[in-house]
Amino acid sequence: MAIAKKAVVWGLFAAGGTLTAFVIPALIAIFLLIATGNVPDGLQFDQIHNFAASWLGKACLFVVLFLSLWHAAHRLRVVAHDFGIRKDALVANVLYGAATIGSILTAFYLLTIG
Amino acid sequence: MSRNPYVRPMSKTTWFMRNGRYKVYVLREMSSFLVTFYSFLTIYALKVLSSDSPDQWFAFLASQQSVAMMIFHALALLYFLFYQTFPWFKLAPKAMPVQLGEKKLPDTYIIVGHYVVWLIATLFILWLAGAF
Repeated sequence: MAIAKKAVVWGLFAAGGTLTAFVIPALIAIFLLIATGNVPDGLQFDQIHNFAASWLGKACLFVVLFLSLWHAAHRLRVVAHDFGIRKDALVANVLYGAATIGSILTAFYLLTIG
Repeated sequence: MSRNPYVRPMSKTTWFMRNGRYKVYVLREMSSFLVTFYSFLTIYALKVLSSDSPDQWFAFLASQQSVAMMIFHALALLYFLFYQTFPWFKLAPKAMPVQLGEKKLPDTYIIVGHYVVWLIATLFILWLAGAF
């Protein structure tokens, strides 16, 4: 059981690391464009709403956010250990809990967008 | 374990400053805070979008426009590229070696392959977002 659980956590971590390495820079670039006032056409309400309302759009957004949250949670758990925090069970519960809440919120909002 | 284990005196917060490799390691892992931040920022955007109100969406976009956010995003982008994305590509051949019969695919091929895929993926996402 312990091995099976570890494989799941590790698999999510590896998939999330690869995905974040590829996708997060583009996501930051989009927020940078928004911040400069050059909002890309695809982010106008109708376009982004259509994208998030489509099943393909929902799937893409959910996979990216779910894997990013889990990857970051797993890594921050190790960071906490590296900085001398030895209450691993508590740290794991808080971080994986936050990732779970984020994932549930993502699913909820995506399902609300019709 | 012996009854009196020797514990090397070490600062819990500044241990990584002693060694260049440790510094790079800690800076790389810290990029997880950025991943968390941008994930929740995107989730918040989805929340606004789920309100089904063009006005609220417009207000959200307007609220993201400031010089401070511009600087933050620009620094975050550079930080993320140089401390997460590129190092991740560099270690890819070690994490996922490709065996071809008796031989291994040279590391350079795998690394360059990652850069090419990353460039295409980034351009595709920005195109999808309507940036050009």
